[in-house]
Amino acid sequence: MSATLPSNDIVDVVIIGSGASGAAVAWSLAETKMKILCLEQGDWIQSKEFPSNGRDWEARRYTDFNISPNYRGRDTDYPVNDDNSLMKVANFNGVGGSTILYTAHFPRMHPSDFHVRTLDGVAADWPVDYATLEPYFAENDRMMGVAGLAGDPAYPPHEPPMPPVPLGKTGTRYAKAMNKLGWHWWPSDVSIATTDYEGRAKCINLGHCTPGCAQGAKASTDITYWPLALRAGVELRTRCRVREVTTNGADMVTGVNYYDADGVERFQPAEVVILACNGVGTPRLLLNSASPAFPDGLANSSGLVGKNLMLHPWPQVFGYVDERVDGDRAPITVMWSKEFYETDPARDFVRGYTLQFGRGTGPANEAITSAAAGRLPWGAEHHRVYRELLYKRVQIGVACEDLPEEHNCVTLDPVLTDSHGIPAPRIDYTIGDNTRRMMEHGIARAEQILRAAGATNLSASRTILNSPGHLLGTARMGTDPATSVVNEWGRCHDLKNLFIVDGSIWVTSGGVNPTSTIQALALYIADTIKKRLATLFD
Amino acid sequence: MSAAPKQSFSDTEITDLCAIAGIMIPASAAYAVPAADDATIMADVVASVGPDFDAVCDALGELSGLAGGSFAALDSARRSLVAARFLNGDSAPLAILARVILQCYYRDDRVIRSLGLEPRPPFPLGHSLEQGDWSLLEPVRARAKMWRDAP
Repeated sequence: MSATLPSNDIVDVVIIGSGASGAAVAWSLAETKMKILCLEQGDWIQSKEFPSNGRDWEARRYTDFNISPNYRGRDTDYPVNDDNSLMKVANFNGVGGSTILYTAHFPRMHPSDFHVRTLDGVAADWPVDYATLEPYFAENDRMMGVAGLAGDPAYPPHEPPMPPVPLGKTGTRYAKAMNKLGWHWWPSDVSIATTDYEGRAKCINLGHCTPGCAQGAKASTDITYWPLALRAGVELRTRCRVREVTTNGADMVTGVNYYDADGVERFQPAEVVILACNGVGTPRLLLNSASPAFPDGLANSSGLVGKNLMLHPWPQVFGYVDERVDGDRAPITVMWSKEFYETDPARDFVRGYTLQFGRGTGPANEAITSAAAGRLPWGAEHHRVYRELLYKRVQIGVACEDLPEEHNCVTLDPVLTDSHGIPAPRIDYTIGDNTRRMMEHGIARAEQILRAAGATNLSASRTILNSPGHLLGTARMGTDPATSVVNEWGRCHDLKNLFIVDGSIWVTSGGVNPTSTIQALALYIADTIKKRLATLFD
Repeated sequence: MSAAPKQSFSDTEITDLCAIAGIMIPASAAYAVPAADDATIMADVVASVGPDFDAVCDALGELSGLAGGSFAALDSARRSLVAARFLNGDSAPLAILARVILQCYYRDDRVIRSLGLEPRPPFPLGHSLEQGDWSLLEPVRARAKMWRDAP
């Protein structure tokens, strides 16, 4: 088919997706002086577009800055059939990808996360480990600009380049509660500039970090990696949606077919193709690239493309204290606890979770969520009850490790398509028994903490529409081509010049927000490519 | 040829929307706040309903179904009964109707001021945040290493 399409000049590397991993790999490879092109289906997002510029800042999280592409419905989005999943997909399509629309909570995976089979007898070990990734974690912390505090006993030593976000009233209350219980806590690593940093102004506590930071204090790759990558010669084309990766019918890819900003389908030849579309976009593209030579989709000789989707179930537990605390007037995440992160044989589940301490929410969202939950009545009592809630909320998220299960998967929807007619992804996902037991354990501990913090009127949401839905595991890495899609440095087993660098290559999910580890892994793969350039296709 | 999609509320829908909003959030002299059927707030609701238009229409359809016609035209006692039944429901359109009203009500200048807040967007002024008591970390710093080493 590509022979019939208008063809561009060949490039050395084409990267699909400009988000967390695509930006990191583009910046890292730029020093090779190769001709590198990134195709991004979304737009550049200007800081003046972010909701915190306007009085409707809370409302827009439900519309054009909704974390779900289905509700957001921008013409640069693609729909996802997630009807058969309690958890919904969260992503953003634009330069910076989902780093535009994340909380900036930036924990690393733990050393044990890479050895779950050996340590705990479940899932599979990763073919890389924490020690291998450690220099890339550090490099990424510098590039993204991470704030935090050295000395956390839950992690191997590392030194974030900026001081932590203040505890504030909410964090101080949590800290006292945790000390009373004798449980671990530590200020979170966050990718938020707490000092002026590399051209970014420091955080002024706009709150609402998730739907974009008008101040530019939150690190998204459009303002961290991309300016440097572009200056180094990488080309980035926006509003270019890739339909399929093309091959020579044997063991090499030849480029990609994509729709340009004018809707014209083009062929982009490339010596190397790198996928950075994350855990739903990447398997969708591989499955949409089926051909007579690859009838089950590209890179799918193992049958595992799209399988083992992990979404990180993330119960939220919250209550109300007797004074106004920080609410939404500060970065949403303040600290974490790793007290229950490592496996404890005395529990009825293996692996563990991070407790993520949040500050609260804003005036409209407090009303909306409390009315929906039945806490806030209609009628004469509305105003009095509302004033007992506003800025008094304290909330803890339980970031549960989700284990890989093949029935949790991404496939192509037989009916749904995007605006270019490309088949849309469908996800089928259920929460596993181990994870459910972990969730209940975490909810009970979070309730204990909130009570110790003086909170009453407690509630727990086991799955919520705005739960993160991190997208992981659907093109896993490994050394055995029969049980993995890519090798230990991100190259597809089946195709010698096709790489994957996003969250789809994760073997397990850990119990942490994934961006830090996704980017460290992408930098590691880029470094490995650079070291093997002369023999890359052997 | 199919009919053009509906773009704006009918007069009956507007009247019913105002009537139910005023019952959901009445005015309060004690807190010096208007009701949600205040003209400024309703104008904001109508202007900003955007992608929620269809769902709000569906919710108003449910309301008029319960009322057997125009909700606003009911007498006071009957209106209270129908409103209670409607608001005790758990339909998705009702949740969206409630959100649309609440997100406009809780950005109205008079309401925001009554809550002791400034009627302004977060940017560019931001907010101040106290450091808190970092000495609370001392017992945590004293803990032994918690992570498991790689085998």
